[in-house]
Amino acid sequence: MTLRLFGTALPALLGLVALIAGAGRAAAQSSTGPTFWMPVQGSTGAAGVDSVFYFILWIALFFFALIVGVMVLFVLRYRSRPGREPEPSQTHNHLLELTWTLIPAALTVVIFGFGFRKFLDLSTSPANAYEILVTGQKWKWLFTYPSGYVDDNLHVAIDTPVQLLITSEDVIHSLYIPDFRVKKDAVPGRYSKVWFRATVPGEHQIFCAEYCGTGHSDMLAQVVVHPPGEFEQWLATNADLLDKLPPAEAGARLYAQRGCSQCHSVDGAASVGPTFQGVFGHLVPLKGGSSAPADENYLRESILEPQAKIVAGFEPVMPTYKGRLSDREITAIIEYIKTLAP
Amino acid sequence: MTRAPERPAAHDHVPHLAHHFRSLQQQYDAAKLGMWLFLVTEILLFGGLFCAYAVYRSSHPEVFVYAHRFLDKTLGGLNTVILICSSLTMAWAVRAAQLRNRRQLALLLAATFICACGFLGIKTVEYHAKWKHGLLWGQRYQPVEHTADQAPADNAPLAPAPTAVPPGAGADRSLLPAPGKAPAGLAAGEALTARSHDPGNVPRNVHLFFGIYFVMTGLHGLHVIAGMVLIGWLFVRTLRGEFGDGYFTPVDLGGLYWHLVDLIWIFLFPLLYLIH
Amino acid sequence: MTAHQPAPAPHPGASLHGGGAVNYLNAAPGLRSWLTTLDHKRIGIMYLISILASFLLGGVFAMLIRTELLTPGRTIMSAQQYNQMFTLHGAIMIFLFIVPGIPAALGNFVLPLMLGAKDVAFPRLNLASWYFWLAGALCLLFSLLFGAADTGWTFYTPYSTTTNTHVVATTLGVFILGFSSVFTGLNFIVTIHKLRPKSMTWFRMPLMVWALYATAIIQVLATPVLAVTLLLLIVERTMGVGIFDPALGGDPVLFQHFFWFYSHPAVYIMILPAMGVISEIISPFSRKHIFGYKAIAYSSVAIAGLSFLVWGHHMFTSGQSPLANMIFSALTFAVAIPSAVKVFNWLATMYKGSLRLDTPMLYVLSFLFLFGIGGLTGLFLGSLATDIHLHDTYFVVAHFHYVMVGGTLIAFLAGLHYWWPKMFGRMYSEKWGRISALLVFVGFNLTFFPQFVMGSQGMPRRYYNYLERYRVYHEMSTAGAYLMAIAFMIIAVYLAHSLVKGRLAPANPWGSATLEWETGSPPPVENFLGEPQPGDPYDFSALVYDPALQGYRDAKEQA
Repeated sequence: MTLRLFGTALPALLGLVALIAGAGRAAAQSSTGPTFWMPVQGSTGAAGVDSVFYFILWIALFFFALIVGVMVLFVLRYRSRPGREPEPSQTHNHLLELTWTLIPAALTVVIFGFGFRKFLDLSTSPANAYEILVTGQKWKWLFTYPSGYVDDNLHVAIDTPVQLLITSEDVIHSLYIPDFRVKKDAVPGRYSKVWFRATVPGEHQIFCAEYCGTGHSDMLAQVVVHPPGEFEQWLATNADLLDKLPPAEAGARLYAQRGCSQCHSVDGAASVGPTFQGVFGHLVPLKGGSSAPADENYLRESILEPQAKIVAGFEPVMPTYKGRLSDREITAIIEYIKTLAP
Repeated sequence: MTRAPERPAAHDHVPHLAHHFRSLQQQYDAAKLGMWLFLVTEILLFGGLFCAYAVYRSSHPEVFVYAHRFLDKTLGGLNTVILICSSLTMAWAVRAAQLRNRRQLALLLAATFICACGFLGIKTVEYHAKWKHGLLWGQRYQPVEHTADQAPADNAPLAPAPTAVPPGAGADRSLLPAPGKAPAGLAAGEALTARSHDPGNVPRNVHLFFGIYFVMTGLHGLHVIAGMVLIGWLFVRTLRGEFGDGYFTPVDLGGLYWHLVDLIWIFLFPLLYLIH
Repeated sequence: MTAHQPAPAPHPGASLHGGGAVNYLNAAPGLRSWLTTLDHKRIGIMYLISILASFLLGGVFAMLIRTELLTPGRTIMSAQQYNQMFTLHGAIMIFLFIVPGIPAALGNFVLPLMLGAKDVAFPRLNLASWYFWLAGALCLLFSLLFGAADTGWTFYTPYSTTTNTHVVATTLGVFILGFSSVFTGLNFIVTIHKLRPKSMTWFRMPLMVWALYATAIIQVLATPVLAVTLLLLIVERTMGVGIFDPALGGDPVLFQHFFWFYSHPAVYIMILPAMGVISEIISPFSRKHIFGYKAIAYSSVAIAGLSFLVWGHHMFTSGQSPLANMIFSALTFAVAIPSAVKVFNWLATMYKGSLRLDTPMLYVLSFLFLFGIGGLTGLFLGSLATDIHLHDTYFVVAHFHYVMVGGTLIAFLAGLHYWWPKMFGRMYSEKWGRISALLVFVGFNLTFFPQFVMGSQGMPRRYYNYLERYRVYHEMSTAGAYLMAIAFMIIAVYLAHSLVKGRLAPANPWGSATLEWETGSPPPVENFLGEPQPGDPYDFSALVYDPALQGYRDAKEQA
């Protein structure tokens, strides 16, 4: 009876385990596409992380099957029935206990070592990495390229090591790129680093992974991986938009890219901050009862010293852009706002 | 596992013995263990603050070396002596209770209480001096010139952050420098520290020291006040006639608490006042 | 200095074998006698009612969260409200329900009984602990009504020092609750050290006592650190001290170190008593001595000790050095081993036993399954390479719900059903007990297993809005949540029903050998009418089933 149970239940469970883990493993090894558990392997580091994941998955599934299998077996075999008495057995067995302590201990050492090695691969950037500055703020990511150009998406060249220097303007955020298996907190007051080498062209999702307020789940961006040669083209095209575009159009681009759009609408909709639509040239009611004319100086002051005049009905939560927008950029934004008649 | 005969009701006959204890000795042992465990929690509580001290001192040693000079070593030393004396009187008080000497007990509890008052008095003097000189925490750190009695016009200290604004949000955000350098500290803070009497050597973020100073000595002060309430209560009980029959556990436990308060100060004093 | 109401003379009809006698429930009537009681059993019941009410409140928030997450974007509430919901769900469930849960509600009742004692060491402190709990709860509720914190239960700076919501009220509530936890732990440690009978040496204590002891050590050592952390947060918010403000030279990551120094050991406060409950049930329900008693006892203390060394595994992406990351990762794997050892010991206890599959045992089997998954998924999170990818995703949410709900809550339900006859003198409906145990099991897995996959696919946590590709997982998860809610409501109904209509319980319905089963169900005020004689808490050879009692009795006694 016992043998029959052993013969059917346990192998069936182990077979199921092997199927799941094997499928996952095989999928991971044969392609870089998404699997049941993992997204696309978009970078050189991703395969390493996935190999640790599936290794642990194998071990976890094995022990899970063992535990549940034994439990089910015992429930079936030893459940209380009329006339069934418990059979005498030991209350401890040093050899058995030592075995089931040492084997898991050894396994955890292996898992630790494997995970640590792959982690070091993730953390150690090559010397010639292309450096991009990343700034997180509520609720936008901004990427500053070596030329000084700032964009709201992360453009990189394929097959090129890229190092990100990450910081935050306000609270702790976290830059997370699932396809590359990288994540690093953006901490105000310091810089943190992360690197990757993208292998799959196209767009990859960027999330913010450290809770940062109402817009946390909207703090998204894309990694745009350019085929060879196209990244430099893109940078050149976009870098001098202030020179190429009329100020108001440049201002519109800056409005979308530099985080203004997160809190200020241009169509009159209510948001965290006052709408830009129709603000220029009118009297703005301020907290405390006074009012101020919204001329170019008012707009400039609102960008550089946002706490100086708080509009009635809004909270003083805007961060300053001092040092983050050049005078030309501020002028462009002001010109754009002037075009937003109601 | 048979039932043994009923045990005799003990609680009616033995004074001070709670009925869930078998004997006075068991009760006393339990009370002592409980008190020691409570003291351990207090050590962990202050431990967190000592840890914060250690972290900031190791990352900003110059702040601590510079700022501790504003603390008056004499007053601090006097406070240390006062607390040690009060520990002596408290221990003596416990002894008096053990020996059933209620008069001595009352006197010594009073002496301990007076020492504690002295400690708080000196601390008040110190705190007041800090406040007068603008040596406070965070954005309230606005040191006034030591030499000048009149405040020069351009030295007018900034108004404290308005309460409507969450702390930190009103401060100018630092200018973002080129990659590789850490951001500068409070822009306003730079101007402030430049106004002090030694403009060449003043480190940034001196207020960090005072933040830690006030939190640590403040929490300690609260514990001193709590201790005074405890001693006062023991004093009242003594006057009411208790502790004359050999039962001295509350005095003993109060003594343990007071020794801990003293011990914490003995660590605070050199760490804050005697940095070299 | 009398500690109790005077014990009434034994009623002529009083016996150890059933209800009708004067017991702690009916001895002194009226709400006032309850609110001023010093009886650990009554305090345990008051805790039970309070924490179950908190569980209901936290559960309502959970259902609101899951309903909101049924669709991406707005479903029933704004982003701000959602953020407050998950903050409150976490804070209420952790600080009002799970941390006090088994120790305060079940442990308070059972610990002195298991030791053959009349009460805990400090009955007045015990009552004070409950009032601290109440004060903390009221503070949290106050913050709920006037704009609760939206920081997440972890209160990370600088967000928590700059947000406009009532962070101070919420953290003050948690601060006050800490006192409740510390004093309960202190009380239990002294009780276990000083109120044991002479013949009950350390290795003759029930494993529940070992579990409560290890838990109490953590409560006493770790909670003060949370207290000072929250104090610093409050001081920063109200007085602008600047210790966590980078603009003032402070370090926001320091908050994380302080916070997790408590909060990681806290999770072992949550699981250790649960493991104690499992040990207490699995042995009598297998009619077999627990296997590896010493290993289980030592592992409880080992877990308590090791738990203080691993807090940094919550901070692998925070920017701490690779060396720190390595040390914390290695130690995290170390703390996994004692838990694994316990699971194997429990299975070995079942081997060759005679397994009785009543409701408490069904929850024990659920626990083995669910805690197995929860514990094993911890391996992914302890390993550095995988944690970088999985940190702050739904994988973590699934992991901790598997251990806290699948582990602690299931064990709490097991213990509640196990000790229910002892506490209230009534048996509940076994049929409905089994049905709802199954529903809880199915509902739970449906709610949380999809979250593992969602997390490894990249879905971050604390997200109000989400990408369309994750929708199907959220739909499954919400469906499971509703199923679980129904199951919990069924449990509430049949348990409440048992209080008025349940069959009267015998002294020892399950045939357990620990001392609480030697006295009446419910026990008399002074716990034992005679002097209890402790023996081996897992030796059932002297117990025999008596069909007339529908319970077990000493083989030597007359029926």
